[in-house]
Amino acid sequence: MLGKKTVTFADDVRSDTSEEAFENLKKTNYAGKKLTDPVKEVEDKWQLLPAFLKVKGLVKQHIDSYNYFVETELKKIVRTNEMITSDVDPSFWLKYLDIRVGPPDRPDTDHEAHVNVFTPHECRLRDLTYSGNICVDIEYVRGKKRVVRKNTIIGKMPIMLRSSKCVLTDKSEAELAKMFECPLDPGGYFIIKGTEKVILIQEQLSKNRIIVEGDKKGLVQAYVTSSTHERKSKTYIVAKNDAKNDKITLKHNSISEEIPIVIVMKAMGIQSDKEISQLISGGNQIFLNMFSPNIEQCAKMKIFTQKQALDYIGSKVKVTRKIANVRRPMAEEALEVLSTVVLAHVPVKDLNFQPKCIYIAIMIRRVLMALANENLVDDRDYVGNKRLELAGSLLSLLFEDLFKKFNFDLKMNIDKLLKKPNRATEFDAHKQLMQHGDSITNGFVRAIATGNWTLKRFKMERAGITHVLSRLSYIAALGTMTRITSQYEKTRKVSGPRALQLCPADTPEGEACGLVKNLALMTHITTDDEEQPLRRLAFNLGIEDVNSLTGAELYRKNAYMVFLNGLMLGITCQPNNFVHDFRRLRRCGRISEFVSIYVNHHHNAVHIASDGGRVCRPLIIVENRIPKVTTKHIQKLKKDEMTFADFLAQGLVEYLDVNEENDSNIAIYEREIVNETTHLEIEPFTILGAVAGLIPYPHHNQSPRNTYQCAMGKQAIGAIAYNQLRRIDTLLYLMVYPQQPMVKTKTIELVGYDKLPAGQNAIVAVMSYSGYDIEDALVLNKASVDRGFGRCQVMRKHVALMKRYANGTYDRIGDPPAQVDCPTGPSADRFNILDSDGIAGVGERVMPGQVIVNRHTPTNLSANIPVNMPIVNAPVIQFTWKHSPLTYKAPEPGYIDKVCVTTTEQEQTLIKILIRQTRIPELGDKFSSRHGQKGVCGIIVPQEDMPFADSGICPDIIMNPHGFPSRMTVGKMIELLAGKAGVLKGELQYGTAFGGSKVEDMSKILIKHGYSYSGKDYVTSGITGEPLSAYIFFGPVYYQKLKHMVVDKMHARARGPRAVLTRQPTEGRSRDGGLRLGEMERDCLVGYGASMLLMERLMISSDQFDVHVCEQCGLLGYKGWCQNCKSSKFMVTMQMPYAAKLLFQELQSMNIAPRLILEEF
Amino acid sequence: MKKSKQASKARDHLEILQTRVVVERDHVSSISSSDFPFHTSNRYPDHDLVERLRNKIIIAIEKKSQYDMEFDIIGVDASIANALRRIMIAEVPTMAIEKVFIYDNTSIVQDEVLAHRLGLIPIKADPDEFDFKQSTEHPTDQNTIVFKLKQECKRNPKASADEAEYINHNVYSAALIWEPKGDQAERFKDSPIRPVHDDILIAQMRPGQKIELEAHCEKGCGKEHAKWSPAATASYRLMPDIILKEEITGDLADKFASCFAPGVVEVENKTVDGESKKVAKVVNPRLDTVSREVLRHKEFEDKVQLTRIRDHFIFRVESTGILESEKIVFDSLQILSSKCTMLLKALDIKLKEKEETETSQNNENAMELDT
Repeated sequence: MLGKKTVTFADDVRSDTSEEAFENLKKTNYAGKKLTDPVKEVEDKWQLLPAFLKVKGLVKQHIDSYNYFVETELKKIVRTNEMITSDVDPSFWLKYLDIRVGPPDRPDTDHEAHVNVFTPHECRLRDLTYSGNICVDIEYVRGKKRVVRKNTIIGKMPIMLRSSKCVLTDKSEAELAKMFECPLDPGGYFIIKGTEKVILIQEQLSKNRIIVEGDKKGLVQAYVTSSTHERKSKTYIVAKNDAKNDKITLKHNSISEEIPIVIVMKAMGIQSDKEISQLISGGNQIFLNMFSPNIEQCAKMKIFTQKQALDYIGSKVKVTRKIANVRRPMAEEALEVLSTVVLAHVPVKDLNFQPKCIYIAIMIRRVLMALANENLVDDRDYVGNKRLELAGSLLSLLFEDLFKKFNFDLKMNIDKLLKKPNRATEFDAHKQLMQHGDSITNGFVRAIATGNWTLKRFKMERAGITHVLSRLSYIAALGTMTRITSQYEKTRKVSGPRALQLCPADTPEGEACGLVKNLALMTHITTDDEEQPLRRLAFNLGIEDVNSLTGAELYRKNAYMVFLNGLMLGITCQPNNFVHDFRRLRRCGRISEFVSIYVNHHHNAVHIASDGGRVCRPLIIVENRIPKVTTKHIQKLKKDEMTFADFLAQGLVEYLDVNEENDSNIAIYEREIVNETTHLEIEPFTILGAVAGLIPYPHHNQSPRNTYQCAMGKQAIGAIAYNQLRRIDTLLYLMVYPQQPMVKTKTIELVGYDKLPAGQNAIVAVMSYSGYDIEDALVLNKASVDRGFGRCQVMRKHVALMKRYANGTYDRIGDPPAQVDCPTGPSADRFNILDSDGIAGVGERVMPGQVIVNRHTPTNLSANIPVNMPIVNAPVIQFTWKHSPLTYKAPEPGYIDKVCVTTTEQEQTLIKILIRQTRIPELGDKFSSRHGQKGVCGIIVPQEDMPFADSGICPDIIMNPHGFPSRMTVGKMIELLAGKAGVLKGELQYGTAFGGSKVEDMSKILIKHGYSYSGKDYVTSGITGEPLSAYIFFGPVYYQKLKHMVVDKMHARARGPRAVLTRQPTEGRSRDGGLRLGEMERDCLVGYGASMLLMERLMISSDQFDVHVCEQCGLLGYKGWCQNCKSSKFMVTMQMPYAAKLLFQELQSMNIAPRLILEEF
Repeated sequence: MKKSKQASKARDHLEILQTRVVVERDHVSSISSSDFPFHTSNRYPDHDLVERLRNKIIIAIEKKSQYDMEFDIIGVDASIANALRRIMIAEVPTMAIEKVFIYDNTSIVQDEVLAHRLGLIPIKADPDEFDFKQSTEHPTDQNTIVFKLKQECKRNPKASADEAEYINHNVYSAALIWEPKGDQAERFKDSPIRPVHDDILIAQMRPGQKIELEAHCEKGCGKEHAKWSPAATASYRLMPDIILKEEITGDLADKFASCFAPGVVEVENKTVDGESKKVAKVVNPRLDTVSREVLRHKEFEDKVQLTRIRDHFIFRVESTGILESEKIVFDSLQILSSKCTMLLKALDIKLKEKEETETSQNNENAMELDT
């Protein structure tokens, strides 16, 4: 029905609403406005969403960030590190002129040999890294000449898929198909050595902003994490609010103790106490009183001048300088620290400390304000105080580090060479440059492959930055792309996501709950923007410069301080006009649409932000109670006459970040617009992310259920990508007959879940049946299972690498051994499925234990066999080989699906074999609906035993109604109802959040088709043939098969392998391990007093061992001989666990003699 | 007078409980029969009951096409009707592809999936002509039908814009070619064995892909695998009976009619005392879908009672096309009766055994007494 609505417009839609509903609407009042007031509703404004996603894509944040890095940031980094000079030869220099990243490039071949493009899919199959060359243009001195060289390769940069450097960008579906790439794949990840890696979005507290925090003890501190390209440091202003010590101090890592704040001010050149107090209090008596003890303290310490203050601070500065350098006067030391290290992001030009002084003064004032009013501390969990770091910024940090290291090594090398007195050839720095090719390449590959970001410069040591892109299902892949992890310690508990830019449902349960979040559908993350134009603009709009201000003006009534990215620019007395003008300029495109501006009335401040990492989202602008986007615009959008960018350019829509959003008045629906409204929501369901967007009617569910579904949707088996059958992944789950859901959502259409679904529409009867359905177990219809319900395939990769060894030998693939070698016996058919090439044939059925690659390894890996022997007349060297075949170990048989023989970067032959299992649902397999209602299959019932409706329909699944009352998943019931109506009417229904098909309409359809309005049917029992006395809620629900299947889990053993060291049974299913009788179980037996059972479980059935003990010395001996007593007289045998015997011997080896004192038993 | 009215009401009520399943607003009551059909407590069972029952059972065919039929069985207990239904689904044997020997399959459909799809294709072959094949037995012309499928996809070089680019890219069930074995060609020369439908899509291919396989059909039952079930739908419902307790007239009558499926209730113009008024009349309760829509409306409270006749089963048997619907019914009746005779035989044997042991025990006792 909604599908039809998209082509109708406001007026016709209103006309077809029923009279009754219309009368009802007349009565309702919204903010003093009747609904019947002539407000023209913008129909289909949600159409903006696909338009947004078309330009932005689902993971555009990653791609934008990477593009920004590769195209802009890279050049900036090189520009700041462009010169290399030599300490030896002062006339030598090398300068980088330009840098760029080339297209993806195959690593192992010369360019002429291969004409086909290097595709990401080739990387996946061949375990290569998808990267392009980093080329630089250099200018340097050779001999006496200046030489310019272009396109020198200094390393390789991993390329993000679908970024501007990727071959997939702007390709049509047909072109993508030729490259074996799925058009629905969002990109935004890297391929490193064949594995797909995502650099997760990292959440951090914002840099260069003052954060005030207090603790329970009354300590209040303001701190700033300064971050510039050169330095990262953290500066605290601390006020210990207790009776003994109420002084305010400055704390910094480079200063060994806390410095009274007045001394800092004095050291920075404000020597007059009057001036200091004015800067801080601005004439406010309360603050003056609070602050005056600090001034007094300073006077007591007899520090009056800048020199004295600097000397004081200088004596406390930690000297980290190298010993070689000459020690400078303490005052000088202090001056340097104050100007460059403390609050490093506030620039000090020509020792003009004025901006920094005011900055510190503001910090102090914030502390004083917080002391006076507890509510004025900042919330560190507030998303406005957060910045999200993306792939681009993380890579730029890494590249800067690697590039600096590269240049340093290069310089050392050049110095070394220049030192040599006589050189045979003329010194050419270009050669040196070429030789260092690998450090940057390897640095990138290692960091992304392991996820460890180790930057010595910033003492940064972060692990787990990258994740493997989960290809369990399409949704899982999307989920990893939108995931945000935070950098804090895990102990800090926070509640769930609290901004409209973050999905409220999608967070894991348990430990990482609320720390790992997901982006909402329309979220965009900003990249850095130029500050200079903004600064100029701000001054043009009439603000007073900081440098000309004193405390008196700073805190004047009505004066608002203007900050740009945390730095104070000046003050304005008309903040509202200023903000209004600024916004107008933004709307007409004079400045970047991602610059935000907002007023903070508590701090009397206007904040302009253009820094990267802010989360923002687009909203429709409302002026004079009229949304700027009208039906006309939407019409144009549908006709492709307008794009989302046009909406931005024409000032109809704008991006708001979290801070500015809190300064706006946003109406959700058009009818809610009042005089104060500034913006209109595009669509309320965009609050959910891509994963939570799959849930139909989520607004009817209990909220944790949506969270559970978000976790489970990622485990659902379905279609993964259009290229799924081309992929050779370690583990791949595919559903044989996936279906798109009967009840879909707009999100489903937007993300393409209807094209790559993971589940099937099962006819569900909600009733109890057979008792095998307790605890959420499901009853499955055998006929449905026979016909293909829940059937899935599991493909597993098996890899054999043909190694080359240092001595010139190499692995080889042997023929299957002749039948004579092993004519009979259990291993006779081990080699049955091998083809004549020694690799298992495609389509063969593989039994457990069978050989799939008949590999031989040379027996002698160390002896030197001449490598460069000419092949023709080489003496016959007899290699001897031993078998090292690759066997199939899984307990269930499988089929060879694909065999891939290729070479790696190191020219070694790589054989990948994909083995497939087709699995039919069985007892214990896990299923789930889309409402966090998981359950295992409890019994599979023949069709004739299933209850049937009048029409003869049997359910595919019977679900126990006890699943409903405590879970309160009303959404599932509505899904069933809408699904049933959809089936009867022959169309798909919508269950979009905060909208979707209405229950009333669904009931009407049901009645029209002769069903009960409630969705409950008259059902006959298949066993007795009599009708059931209850009406049964009966209809289609979308069910997902989850990856947890019994065959992968079931395990039992009687006897089996034992660990070598302790001789106890091994642990875990994969090693055919025993089932442990653990400590708690042991305690039960001890408590019960079942000593013989304990003895049996812990020793006899585990690691019983016969030991020979000497009764005299109590030590272990040999059979009939005690080496200690040199006698055989007192030897006895006894049983003890082998682990105990081992312990005794280990104790003995560390000079402790455990002696056994034996008694008759 | 009043008393007798009450008594008749009570009798009506009792009658309803005995013969009807009552469809109420929130539940179904009186679902199981307290006794066997035609028996009501105010009459003692007579000795020729079985005979009488046999005479009273009515089987009426309502609608019949070759593969779809609707018929009524009146006068049996739910257990018997249900047994028939269950047998139709699970125990009437048919032929279906059970073993697939794949020589070549380069299509994207995996071997197992392909085999599964083939298995579900209905095969037109008379199962009576074949034996069940035990797993130990070798295939013979008496228990196996062999099909061959060989298709290769090629590019169509002469394809025009509105023509398909490929040749043979859709593998339909028609590609399954029967290969007669033994005397099969002779036996089935009147009705050659083939898939029921020729247009079931088995797989799609692209140039260069090829499927070549041999498929063996075996005889089996639906209870083993759904592919052997001859019935697409085999189910029954009870005959609805709408009891009007009061006359429903005027506009209400229209509303009343709209609460049922079209054709169930009709509104008639009735002239009473020279005044013409609309009256609702139940015309064809068979069409009612039991949506219980009337029970939702306050106006009709106490005016109507929805019931279903407990021993009137409306069967609907829709065939997959292998067997004619009629044959499914006959076959299942036969299976049912053979089951009954088997049960009777087994009971006889059991009884005999019991008698024997009793007599022998008696003999022993007697012997003991003797001694």
